[in-house]
Amino acid sequence: MINPGNYTVERSSVELSKEDFVSDQMVKWCPGCGAHAILSSVANVFPKLGYRKENIMMVSGIGCSSRFPYYVNTYGIHGIHGRAAAISSGVKIANPHLSVWMTTGDGDSLAIGGNHFIHIIRRNIDINILLFNNQIYGLTKGQYSPTTPMGSVTKTSPMGTIEHPFNPGELVMGAQGTFFARVVDTNPRLMTEVMFEAARHDGTSVIEILQNCVIFADKTHDSITGKEVRDDRQIVLRNGFPMIFGKEKNKGIRLNGTRLEVVTIGEKGITEKDILVHDMYERDPGIHLMLAKMSYPNFPVALGVIRSANYPTYDDLVMEQIDYAKAHSNIKNVDDLLNSGETWEIK
Amino acid sequence: MVKSNSNVIQRESVVVKFVGDSGDGMQLSGTLFSDTAAMAGLDLATFPDYPAEIRAPHNTIAGVSGFQVHVGTRKIETTGDLCDVLVAMNPASVKSNLKWAKPGATLIVDENAFDAPALKKSGYTENPLDTDAFSGYNVVKAPITQLTREAVAGMGIDTKSADRSKNMFALGMIYHLFGWDLDTTNKFFEKKFKSQPLVVEANKRVLQAGFNYAETVEALSSVYQLTRAKMEPGIYRNITGNIATAWGFLAAAERSGRPLFLGSYPITPATDILIELARHKSLGAKVFQAEDEIAGICSAIGASYTGSLALTTTSGPGLSLKSEAIGLAVITELPLVIVNVQRGGPSTGLPTKSEQSDLYQALFGRNGECPAIVMAASTSANCFYYAYMAAKLSMEHMTPVILLTDGYLGNGSQLFRIPKVADLPAINPPIAAANDPDYKPYRRNPETLARKWALPGTAGLRHRIGGLEKEDVFGNVSTDPLNHQKMVDLRAAKVQKVAEFIPKQEVEGDEEGDILVVTWGGTHGPAQEAVEQLRADGKKVSHAHFHYIMPLPSNTAEIFSKFKTILVCELNSGQFANYLKMTNYGPNYRQFNKVQGLPFTVAELKKTIHQMLEEK
Repeated sequence: MINPGNYTVERSSVELSKEDFVSDQMVKWCPGCGAHAILSSVANVFPKLGYRKENIMMVSGIGCSSRFPYYVNTYGIHGIHGRAAAISSGVKIANPHLSVWMTTGDGDSLAIGGNHFIHIIRRNIDINILLFNNQIYGLTKGQYSPTTPMGSVTKTSPMGTIEHPFNPGELVMGAQGTFFARVVDTNPRLMTEVMFEAARHDGTSVIEILQNCVIFADKTHDSITGKEVRDDRQIVLRNGFPMIFGKEKNKGIRLNGTRLEVVTIGEKGITEKDILVHDMYERDPGIHLMLAKMSYPNFPVALGVIRSANYPTYDDLVMEQIDYAKAHSNIKNVDDLLNSGETWEIK
Repeated sequence: MVKSNSNVIQRESVVVKFVGDSGDGMQLSGTLFSDTAAMAGLDLATFPDYPAEIRAPHNTIAGVSGFQVHVGTRKIETTGDLCDVLVAMNPASVKSNLKWAKPGATLIVDENAFDAPALKKSGYTENPLDTDAFSGYNVVKAPITQLTREAVAGMGIDTKSADRSKNMFALGMIYHLFGWDLDTTNKFFEKKFKSQPLVVEANKRVLQAGFNYAETVEALSSVYQLTRAKMEPGIYRNITGNIATAWGFLAAAERSGRPLFLGSYPITPATDILIELARHKSLGAKVFQAEDEIAGICSAIGASYTGSLALTTTSGPGLSLKSEAIGLAVITELPLVIVNVQRGGPSTGLPTKSEQSDLYQALFGRNGECPAIVMAASTSANCFYYAYMAAKLSMEHMTPVILLTDGYLGNGSQLFRIPKVADLPAINPPIAAANDPDYKPYRRNPETLARKWALPGTAGLRHRIGGLEKEDVFGNVSTDPLNHQKMVDLRAAKVQKVAEFIPKQEVEGDEEGDILVVTWGGTHGPAQEAVEQLRADGKKVSHAHFHYIMPLPSNTAEIFSKFKTILVCELNSGQFANYLKMTNYGPNYRQFNKVQGLPFTVAELKKTIHQMLEEK
């Protein structure tokens, strides 16, 4: 099994602050863009991770989300479209002592980079992925994305999209993901909490951030995030606590047969005991998948850490094999290798 | 060992080709033959020639698999145009390979395999063994299947398993023809089938039976005698180009102190480099079998940023997929070696055949002004050295390098004089020191124009790089027009400067004359032999073989100026020739091109050069 401790990220000997991560670059997102809130949460989280500031690395692909590394003072690569997961994989495998954070969007990771996205998850490489889901292509100015709701009118779907959107959570679990969380850009406190959980998780952590694009898909998440409706249309999952939500804190999620259903505590003999208690560490993804799939209007949208299952990480297993091979192989250096097997001398 | 009553044929070199159905074990026969030849002190070169299908329909021409070995007492530069001995296990293999046999060659066939269904599938209307179809050859009709079964009779081995040893019967016959003993091969059986004593015994018996049978055959009464080759003293081994490439990188990683990372996706004929490096975790090699070609190179770019000797290996179509990412490595000025084991193209093309048609792609196949070092190995053995040099140049000059080999070099093998890692040239990557107050991401060393390599984890060097144009020195995103011009020029100048760090181009033969034969990559052997033979006839011909293509060696123009004609020979439609014309190195270019998925033969090169000399 994994031998934690050997390949962990080096700790900082001094206490860090927000200022340690301020970059000298002008932030060029549109005023009112949800990305600003994400940047502010990251700036809160990084100094408190306890890692040396030189051991944090950011990787991105292409898109509005992917300008992120320029705005945080860490080591960083702004990659090419769709390939952030592949670049991150190389970074983490090559240097497991880095805490690697990847910023990406619904186009970058679910369309052009879909292949890399599912495979990094399947391999469980210890990367924290911030998936900015604004349901639109922002940087190319307003074409539909793989998460745009069906029927949406965009520049490339003047009569409405005729594509079924991805639910990122479903995709993550389909790819055997070990960590999935969902947050909204209007809830920085939850975002910060979830980022700490992601950092704590060994393996690929995907945080889907429902982000607002003020220009091309404004209010796309309003049916969930609007002040008036959010208490009834969101449920913030907390590990070990019953899944209760609603303005009156009287609604809950219950397992009925093989399906989830929304019930009201106090009605039809339902008590708090009937409500499901969230277990994010459960390895069986069955309930997690159902929670990730919950959508308005039949269900509240699940926020918080939905799944955090413990499995060995790819990067640890690589090091385990290398350590084993180093301890057991007769080939200790390249001269040994060159002279291994059939050789003969010519005088 | 040579039997007393046999005639001895003294030869400088002999070419043997084993051909049979896929699954007949021809690759193994060929490999064991070369190992024994090497033990007998001969120089050699091998070439496996196999179909793209794993098991094409039984007994068809499509399913023919071959392995050619050229052994000799002199330096062996080619795998041989035509063979002296052709071992053919079925009608299809003889039908498709007879054209590669010299007139009068010894043709050993398994007569038991020439039954009606096999003849029909191979397209013979009548049994060629019953006609005079092979009259120009020294034909040995051996009942190989029958005698193989008899050799293992009583051992409790079923017919199907027994037939799997047919190739060893043929090999035994060949050993007799060369007067070699069976020790090396018997030892191989003992090692390979350690846990199956019955299999070891059966193979030994069949090999011996083949050897004994050959002694009774009139047509094999003459045996070859090759004296030991005169080779530079040292420790030798047999090595394929792909393994040599893998080992060259391992040596570069050790010598530079940079951990090796390979991100790669399986593709013929490059996969063996991936397989080989995956075996060497004890040397710290990290090998990532990615989900596709793009992830292969992108993971390598990530690893390069963190300070690894980063590699990606592929073949033609894979290089197409990597183009965009090569651009990222160019603009981020990160070291990265991209190996392209070329095959026939375009598209999927001829996956198991070799050509040199990816040179344009290596030089120009990217968006934007996107220069990278391009270099090529020329023999299976020197793949080691050029892989090493590719890694060295990439890291010291902070730039991607495309190393071209080809299927012929990668799968072919040669004897390799084992170097000591300490004797290889030093590799000094420009790693930035912690808290270096002068560090800026794009500040350059004036001698190489390389920027420094600042590794994550190092104090005081945090920085961001990426695919957007970078401001000179500082590395911030910049769309300034003059800055872009400057960065484009700097990236080009950096690669051009590499010419000051690579060896001068050498000419084999006189430094002036009528024709300079120019080649690059895997065609060195046949060109060299053709030129040598013409020079022996007093012709004013010389040969320049290029390993460094981008940039070209600094004396290229000077060399070319001393010849009346520059004849560029390559296995494509003229890519190097056009590149040379474009770079304006002299006026009088001629071309000789072949795009058939086959190597040059010495004979066709000789004929071409000869014709050009006559034209004058």
